[in-house]
Amino acid sequence: MKLFDIAHSRTGDKGNISNISVIVYDQKDYERVREYVTPERVKAHFKGIVNGEVVRYEIPTLGALNFVMQDALGGGVTRSLALDAHGKCLASALLAMDIPAKN
Amino acid sequence: MRFIRIGSGAGYSGDRIEPAVELAEKGNINYLVFECLAERTIAIAQNAKLNDPTKGYDPLLTERFEAVLPICKKNGIKIITNMGAANPQAGAAKVREIATRLGLGKLKIAAISGDDVVEALKVSDTKILETGAPASSMASVLVSANAYVGAAPMVEALANGADVIITGRVADPSMFLAPQIHEFGWSQDDWDKIGKGTAVGHLLECGGQVTGGYYAEPGKKDVADLARLGFPIAEVSEDGAIVITKVEGSGGTVTEHTCKEQILYEVHDPKTYLTPDVTADFSQITFTEIAPNRIQVGGVTGRARTDTLKVSVGYNDGYMGEGQISYAGPGALARGQLALEIVKERLKITGVKANELRFDLIGVNSIHADVLAPAPEPTEVRVRVTGRCDSMKEAVRIGNEVETLYTNGPASGGGATKSAKQVVAMLSALFPRDKVVPVIEYLEA
Repeated sequence: MKLFDIAHSRTGDKGNISNISVIVYDQKDYERVREYVTPERVKAHFKGIVNGEVVRYEIPTLGALNFVMQDALGGGVTRSLALDAHGKCLASALLAMDIPAKN
Repeated sequence: MRFIRIGSGAGYSGDRIEPAVELAEKGNINYLVFECLAERTIAIAQNAKLNDPTKGYDPLLTERFEAVLPICKKNGIKIITNMGAANPQAGAAKVREIATRLGLGKLKIAAISGDDVVEALKVSDTKILETGAPASSMASVLVSANAYVGAAPMVEALANGADVIITGRVADPSMFLAPQIHEFGWSQDDWDKIGKGTAVGHLLECGGQVTGGYYAEPGKKDVADLARLGFPIAEVSEDGAIVITKVEGSGGTVTEHTCKEQILYEVHDPKTYLTPDVTADFSQITFTEIAPNRIQVGGVTGRARTDTLKVSVGYNDGYMGEGQISYAGPGALARGQLALEIVKERLKITGVKANELRFDLIGVNSIHADVLAPAPEPTEVRVRVTGRCDSMKEAVRIGNEVETLYTNGPASGGGATKSAKQVVAMLSALFPRDKVVPVIEYLEA
C-alpha cells in the first residue's frame, strides 16, 4: 500500500527550503506512519530533488509529521528553473511512498 | 465574553475578488484583511516605483478597493492590507481617491512604511543567511530589502481611528493579530495571547487554503463547490478562544483536516514559529469540530519574541530563457527525448552562455524527476528547456533553439512557445529590531 491510502499532505516553501506535512486520516495509523516514514526514508525518496538535510518534527496532537528539507527547490522559488518552482507537487510525490501493510 | 470576527479577503496578490465581497456583505465581520505581498512581489513593486513615484503598490489595489470599500464602509468593517507593497503612501492616496470618487464620506486611512532598509543594508556587515556573505558585498545587484514589521504600528493606527490600513512589508499574521490586540487591550508581551492571536493569523493568511482550497483529492478529500470557495473567518474571544469558520452557504469546507494542513503550511519547527511579535508554539495545537464548518482551536501558546527582524532581500540574478514544444502519438516519448538531445547539442555548438540549464519532459519527469516509477508510454509529451544567463540576449537564444525544432527537429513537433525574463531572486537576513523604525501617516477622505 502507499502512504497516500492513509495520510494526506501539504507542501510549503521558504526560500530554498521545502516543508511537507504528513497527516494521518485516522489517528490509529499515526504510530505506524511515525515508525516507517523516517527522515532517512524521505531523503532517499527525494533523491535527485532534495540535496540537503531532512529534519522531522512530530505533532502528535494533529497525527502529523512535518519534514523540513534543505536545498530542495533548485535555489528557491524566485530563481529555480523548475516548472513547479514552489515544489507544491512534492507533497503528492511523498504520498507515493510504499508503506508496509499492517500485520 | 466579548469577541470579534476577522475575515481573510485574499491569500495572494492575484487572488479571487468576489469571496472578499461575500465576506463583507454576509460574513458579519469586524475586520477584513488582505494578504497580497509575496516575497518577490515587493522587489517587482520597487522597480515599478523607480519608474513612476506614484506606483509601486499592488496592481489590483484599485479593483479590490472599488469592490469592497463601499460595503465595508456601510457595514463598519475596517480593512488592513499589505497592498501598499513598495509604496504604502501612494496606495493610501489611491484609496482616498476611490473613497472620494465613490462618495463614501469620511474615511481615515493610515499608511505604514519604514520597512524599506535597502540603503542601510548596502553598507551593512549583516550576513546573508543563505550565503554567509556580508550584505554590502551585494550592493551593486540589490533591488530591495524589506524588514518584516510586526503588529505594533497597526495597533497604533487602529487606536488613532484608522478605518483602512495600508502597509508595506509586515509579517502576514501580524495583520490579523493587530485588531485582536487593539480590541482586547492585550499587552504586547502577553506571549500566550500573542501566540494565540498569531495562530489565527497563520491559519487565515492564505485565504481559501483553510476552507478547502489547495486540499481536494477526489474520492478521498472531496470539497464541494470550489468554484465558489468561501474565504475564512476567525471568531476570536477576549480570552484567546478561537473558532475558524466561513460564510454560511459559501463553497468549500472547514474541517479539522483543512486546519491541520494549513497550520503546518510554511512552518519548520512547530514549537518555534518566529514572527516579529512572538515566538509562537503550535506543537500542542488541537482542532475540534464543534459544528459543521466551525473548528475550535486549542493548545496554542507563545514565548518572547527575538531581538532581530527578518529582512527579505531582492537582487538581480540574471535572465531566464525558456522554450517548449509538444510531441504526440506513438513514439512521442522517443521524439521528445531526441528533441532534448538536439537542443542540448545546439546550445553547445552555437555557444550559448548559460550558468545553469534544465531539460524536462512535461508529462514524464518535469515535476518529480525519478522519484516516481516511470509511467507507461504517454500519448503526448512536452519538451521544456530552461536556462539562466547573464544577459537577456543569451537567455533569448534558449527559446530560439527549441523553436527551430519545428523545421529542424523530430517529426510532428507542434505548439512551440518561448520566453525570456529578468530574474529578481530573494535571499534573507536578520536585522536588529531597533534599526527598523515604522512610520505612520494619515490621510483623510
